[in-house]
Amino acid sequence: MTALAERVRWAPRLATGPAAGTWIALGLVVLLAAAIVTARGGDYLTQANLLNMLSRTTALGIVAVGQTIAILAGSLDLSVAYLIGLTSLIAAEVMAGDPAMIVPGVLAVLAASALVGLVNGLVITKLQVNAFIATLGVGLVIKGILESRYEGPAGSVPVLFQRLGYDRIGPIPVAVLLMLAVAGAAALFLHRTRAGHHVYAVGGNVEVARLSGVPTTRTTVLAHVICSLCAGVAGLYLASRLGAGAPYVGTDGGYDLESIAAVVLGGTVLAGGRGGVSGTVAGVLLLAVLDNLFDQLVLDAFFKASCAAP
Amino acid sequence: MTLAMAGISKSFLGVGVLHDVDLDVRAGEVHALVGENGAGKSTLLKVLSGVHQPDAGTIAIDGEERTFANPRHAQDAGVAIIHQEFTLLPERTVAQNVFLGREPVRRGLVDTVAMEHATAALLAEIGETGFGPDAVVRRLSVAQQQVVEIVKALATDARIVAMDEPTAALAEHEVALLTDLVRRLTARGIAVLYVSHRMPEIFALADRITVLKDGARVTTLTAAELEPPTLVRLMVGRPLSAYYPPRATEFGDVRLEVRGGTAPAISGIDLTVRAGEVVGVAGLQGAGRTELLRAIFGADPFTAGDVLLDGRPVRLSSPRRAIAAGVAMVTEDRKAEGLALAQSVRENALLVLHAVFRRRARVGAARTRDLLATVGLRSAGEDQEVRFLSGGNQQKVVLAKWLAADPRVLLLDEPTRGIDVGAKAAVHELVREQAEAGMAVLMVCSELPELIGMSDRICVLHEGRLAGELPAGASEEDVMALATGHGVPHVEVPR
Amino acid sequence: MRTLRDRVGAAAPVFGVLLLLLVAIAVVNPNFLEPASLLAYLKRAAPLAILAVGQYFVIVSGEFDLSVGSLVTVQVVVAARLIDGDESATVPVIVLLIGLGLLVGLVNGLITTRLHVPSFVTTLGMLLVLSGAVFLWTGGAPRGSLSESFREPGRQGIDIPGFGQVPWSALILIAVAAGAAVLMRSAWGHTLVATGDNDRAAALAGVPVERVRTTAFVLSALAATVAAILLGGFAGVSAQVGEGLEFSAITAVVLGGVVLGGGRGSVLAALAGALVLEALFTLLNLLGVSGALESTVQGVIIIAAVAYAARRAGRRRRPPAVPEPSPQPA
Repeated sequence: MTALAERVRWAPRLATGPAAGTWIALGLVVLLAAAIVTARGGDYLTQANLLNMLSRTTALGIVAVGQTIAILAGSLDLSVAYLIGLTSLIAAEVMAGDPAMIVPGVLAVLAASALVGLVNGLVITKLQVNAFIATLGVGLVIKGILESRYEGPAGSVPVLFQRLGYDRIGPIPVAVLLMLAVAGAAALFLHRTRAGHHVYAVGGNVEVARLSGVPTTRTTVLAHVICSLCAGVAGLYLASRLGAGAPYVGTDGGYDLESIAAVVLGGTVLAGGRGGVSGTVAGVLLLAVLDNLFDQLVLDAFFKASCAAP
Repeated sequence: MTLAMAGISKSFLGVGVLHDVDLDVRAGEVHALVGENGAGKSTLLKVLSGVHQPDAGTIAIDGEERTFANPRHAQDAGVAIIHQEFTLLPERTVAQNVFLGREPVRRGLVDTVAMEHATAALLAEIGETGFGPDAVVRRLSVAQQQVVEIVKALATDARIVAMDEPTAALAEHEVALLTDLVRRLTARGIAVLYVSHRMPEIFALADRITVLKDGARVTTLTAAELEPPTLVRLMVGRPLSAYYPPRATEFGDVRLEVRGGTAPAISGIDLTVRAGEVVGVAGLQGAGRTELLRAIFGADPFTAGDVLLDGRPVRLSSPRRAIAAGVAMVTEDRKAEGLALAQSVRENALLVLHAVFRRRARVGAARTRDLLATVGLRSAGEDQEVRFLSGGNQQKVVLAKWLAADPRVLLLDEPTRGIDVGAKAAVHELVREQAEAGMAVLMVCSELPELIGMSDRICVLHEGRLAGELPAGASEEDVMALATGHGVPHVEVPR
Repeated sequence: MRTLRDRVGAAAPVFGVLLLLLVAIAVVNPNFLEPASLLAYLKRAAPLAILAVGQYFVIVSGEFDLSVGSLVTVQVVVAARLIDGDESATVPVIVLLIGLGLLVGLVNGLITTRLHVPSFVTTLGMLLVLSGAVFLWTGGAPRGSLSESFREPGRQGIDIPGFGQVPWSALILIAVAAGAAVLMRSAWGHTLVATGDNDRAAALAGVPVERVRTTAFVLSALAATVAAILLGGFAGVSAQVGEGLEFSAITAVVLGGVVLGGGRGSVLAALAGALVLEALFTLLNLLGVSGALESTVQGVIIIAAVAYAARRAGRRRRPPAVPEPSPQPA
């Protein structure tokens, strides 16, 4: 009865919330893309193409979910791209091809991510450094570590762990399920935990939150820890995809700014306090569809250009 | 639960704001606290809510003496203050706001169902049926948001609720809802301290009334012992002790004329201000005084009606145009709208010239020095950042900024708010000097003695309309009568 | 009479730090004090310093410009492809680049001020669009090449008798700095800072806030165009030429003591911030920290600089320990 009531009350919110516009836009863009590709004689809605888009979305999706929480708290995180590179290396180096080291590798990644999030949060709240500068600075610190210690890909992850990146359950890649799980957990956190409610309050109006007894510093720090943990999970996924750690896998993917773009596209307000994970997922998918369409067109143009040249 | 405040005194910077004030509120009672602006009502509420600590005096709840070092202490003691500015998160639901910081948790998760049920129960208890616990606050009317504030207070188990001008932002029909709500609170045994200066509500609600004047308690009487005219006299009846510069004896031609001025909060305003004249604008909060000034200044332009400057119709659709046409406006909120706080005195004083009269900016630099001397600025120099100045000196910088532009019309919105007595007198002198030099001045001021002391004529607004005009030297009772919509005295306005 | 301390004001630390770094470099490498060496340093620093000047206008008005890095890339790639080694195309292409810069700045400014989109989002969108466009146009690898005359400002100089060769980029930097300083002393400069400090008060004082901010975005994009011409000559054509420059420029501005959010700091201090960054890299290079921990040091320094500024502001904000009598309506 309660569950039903919940569902009934949730349905209209999904349809009217800030995320609705993004989902509708996503639908329209998919239709448009399908129309363009079909008109050019391609076949857009093939399972292969859809899955291709989905798995490319995974890493960005996981990062963007974390970014959503940081932004909802009135902050933002520019350090995620470097953190992804770092955690992919930590995973690959700790595992070093040994299946027995998978669990320690994952734990090491999560610990390192949590530490980075903690530093971000404390620099922002205790040193009162603007979040933009704080996370940019922390990102640069990580970048320096990457540059000084690695020239290129390093370490290796065991085949068992690579299955995270490549296996499917039925038609659906495991990694997509991982992303959905992260999104679901984040939604649960935001809507059903006190800390999640406090994230909205701190992002909405920090003074009102303080007067209402919300622990504002702790909330901001927690939001950053969660954001960094998500980046760490994305690093794990990318390590499993690549079979090794790569220092620039995060920056090459542009995960810092693109995750923020996805969050904003998803209807979450940059100033904080309004929005949610559902919109972000739609925002990520929207970017993926556009990217995919773009690629097909570029490929097309490139192909034509090469053909035209004698 | 009963509240007893005894012998409360408080001063700021050596200026006494509260003198030995006694006040008690009993369970199930509405106790109205009335007084003019500046009488000390807000300060008393801030002492009660733990924002300020009294210099002397005691606060006791149920006979037990308490010290409120911060707002949280007061809340824990069962005191809730509903401020004029809301403390709600607009993007969150009613239930989320009501339980913010105290969300009920079951098995580690927020029990949203319990939260909404409890909120629904509270809403039902006070008879609110217009919206539910899952409504988003942003979508509610101001009156409904007021209700949410009250429910938020109730959810903390407040037994003493103090409301600071709760009807200031409400429309007439919403006021009735609120008074109903207050009655239901008292029916639950809650003690209500009700701050207002609106006669109808006070007499509809209050069991007892305490009158505050110049920071001291004048009297506490039961509502039955009082009639509105008596109460008004108790509030305002004081000798004109302050000195105001002598009024003008002769005026020039009409400089500013508004015909049928209409904007969202005002309608059909006709008024004229002559060169050399200081015209006061009176009215209660929400009567449309600030809106009138902002409309003339082009900040929120008139939607209908005409403005004439020196007899010529002008379209003042933005502050920039108004300034170029010779209109200046000192805004009410100095920090938010009047000054660039991180900039120097000189930067602020020259801002209008830099923005609108670029060619005069160089000449202005020299003149600004004279102007700052004229307004009597006391600062560590022109390079000092204005945020370090006192309120009075900040206001002088604002005045210098406008005088630098040589305006024909000067609009003043609460020009002496929050500044000390000496600076007030200086501002009065300056305004009168400028008028004598031929400027037309239109001034809003909530402190009636000051408004009356300064004005050559007073226009009184009531609910967005011009309720009447009074000549120089009108009594406070006359102004209040027009402003409250009680009685229209027939006074000939000499022209 | 204003003292030097008052004049330099909040910017003082950055000039002190710059002097300290230059002295440190000279101690490690005495040759650094030779004109040629100093000029080479200025030449290296010029593109970032010019970007910092552009970024300063936007930041002091209370906004952000994240699009400058990708704009630099676009300008270089477009120039290479259109010129394709043809000397006669140089001038028309430079005119086109300036037009492109104007357009990008105008779009950034208009979307931010008229549609009320936060500039972070506007310019982030511009960044994504521009880098997408570069990718679409080049397919990943830029084609074509720049003409010699296009590369001249970035790599050549002018011979001044008795002084040796002075690089064009150093001269351009000095011109940009002088122009910016003059601009900030003009009426427009005053209204720009006031807008960043309190845009409501500025608008009510007659400042055309939207126009002033839009102009700031245009200036930033023009600065990016100049930087692109210098970088194209100096570093050559690649699709990564502008990568990360937006963050370096913002870092430089912030190091100069300019506050994110607007209203504080001087343009010469922002420029000095860029010189500090370049001096820092030079010093780290000399000390053999080559490239490696460069970024780490940069990251720590920028956080420290802002934390220091926040502490100072916090201390200075305190004075009114006692509130003024009843500032609110009773």
